[in-house]
Amino acid sequence: MQRFLNDPDDVVDETVAGFVRAHSDMVRLSAENPRVVLSNWAGTSGRVGVGTGGGSGHEPAFIGYAGRNMLDAVAVGELFSSPTAKTFHDAIRGADGGAGVAVLYGNYAGDNMNVKMALKMAAKEDIAVKTVVANDDVCSAPPEERDKRRGVAGEIFMWKTGCAKAALGGDLDEVIAAAQKAIDNCRSVGVGLAPCTLPSVGHPNFQIAPGMMEVGIGHHGEPGVRVEALADANAVAEDMVRIVLDDHNLPEGSEVAVLVSGLGATPVNELYVLYDRMAQAIEARGLKIWKPYVGSYFTSLDMIGATLTVMALDDELKTLLAHEAACPAM
Amino acid sequence: MGSQSGFRALETMLQVLHDPVMDVLNADFFADFFCLAADRLEEKRHALCALDGAIGDGDHGSSMAGGFAAITRALRQQNPTSAAEVMRIAAQAFLSEVGATVGPLYASGFLEAGRRLQGAEPLGPGQFGLFLAGCAEGIQQRGQAAPGDKTMLDVWLPAAQAAQRAASAGAGPAEIARLTAATARSACENTAALISLRGRAARLQDRSIGHIDPGAASGAVVIEALCDTVLSRLRHAGST
Repeated sequence: MQRFLNDPDDVVDETVAGFVRAHSDMVRLSAENPRVVLSNWAGTSGRVGVGTGGGSGHEPAFIGYAGRNMLDAVAVGELFSSPTAKTFHDAIRGADGGAGVAVLYGNYAGDNMNVKMALKMAAKEDIAVKTVVANDDVCSAPPEERDKRRGVAGEIFMWKTGCAKAALGGDLDEVIAAAQKAIDNCRSVGVGLAPCTLPSVGHPNFQIAPGMMEVGIGHHGEPGVRVEALADANAVAEDMVRIVLDDHNLPEGSEVAVLVSGLGATPVNELYVLYDRMAQAIEARGLKIWKPYVGSYFTSLDMIGATLTVMALDDELKTLLAHEAACPAM
Repeated sequence: MGSQSGFRALETMLQVLHDPVMDVLNADFFADFFCLAADRLEEKRHALCALDGAIGDGDHGSSMAGGFAAITRALRQQNPTSAAEVMRIAAQAFLSEVGATVGPLYASGFLEAGRRLQGAEPLGPGQFGLFLAGCAEGIQQRGQAAPGDKTMLDVWLPAAQAAQRAASAGAGPAEIARLTAATARSACENTAALISLRGRAARLQDRSIGHIDPGAASGAVVIEALCDTVLSRLRHAGST
């Protein structure tokens, strides 16, 4: 596969450099740590700061969700690899406006460990920090082991609601509660059609045979629940809706937000092909789609595939989702 | 038991005072060890990345080489005077340089090693098992892996046990070093037979069989560097 690269080892730094250059109206690099992207509104005095972080290769996540009434600080890791504890710590410091910092991140071993060590560092500086760990990926563990599930595109809803709560003057506990509610109300599933390749490795580190698809695949190619022959788009869309809603078990009449994201190398038009049938299948289950999002919101390098996220809404979540915000990714 | 180990400690102290060979496991020694480990990890950067590319992300060699290079830079700048201080600096350097799971795992290992070395200095040349045991404990606490999960712990734990068993059986420092290095090497080879239960390689399940765990491989490089630094010190002091 042909790619736009210089030295593969520089790809993260060059991504971040181009990103802050392109979006200097909303974001900047931390002066202290070139692996921390700050919103231009970060550190607003008296407002709870919201930070996150994760491996690179998921653009526009995570950096693209920094902005006004959105994330204050994003810790940037190597491709598919957690940021360092120091980088998380510097992100926390950058997000802090004196009212505490909510760190909203995904459930991965590296991120968990580095955030924990960063929290210890922040405690020494008297910054109040609380966390929410996203675990919306249905196929990564059974319902009774929800704490083992990975975080995927539901993180976007978690960030949006947590940040809106902070923008509306919520205190740290209220921001954490809103973000926790958002992720608790999210379920996601991914389907992969072809693997992705880390530029420095040069070959895919997992395989999906031609003509096959992997249902339930994770954001880094973590194995799904089924490998089977690639079906037509309508059948895939219905399967994804079934997996998500069977786990969700929402009462008829519930309002939901829906997010369909490409995994990097799936054309956007195909996402609309999927969405068309997904929306019908969701409505056929008696649910009302209050707000859909379709696009490449949370990718996995050049993986071919898509994810579906459904978030159940209440009045508070609707208010928070609708609250005015601006960031490069949305 | 108590009086026996107390006696041994006293004996060690007296030997240290009278014999320059015995005062080897000081800040200088550990700085040299980190230097040698950094050089060897740099040499093996691509080989370790290739191992990792087979069952993981392919960046393990770069993480380890980068992390240990950061440690040697920090040690040169800060010039620590005790082994415990070396460990604190090493942990900080690793936390600043290396993310993923490797960063916090090694940092936790060095921090625990530092806690154990604190107050135990001066150390006799056969006491480097203290460092290994600290690393193994810190890594295990942080990562919650079990022996046999096919991780770096599958090298650190047996190496630490080999060093401490040999020491309590009365082996001399050179013999302990050789035994420990050999244990690390074979423990590393043995990970090929295991199924990955941790980290990204766990997705491969049975397919991880036949591949040496990259974290175990780099762990063996580090432990061998430690043992070789002990042997080199003993040689320089004219005693093997």
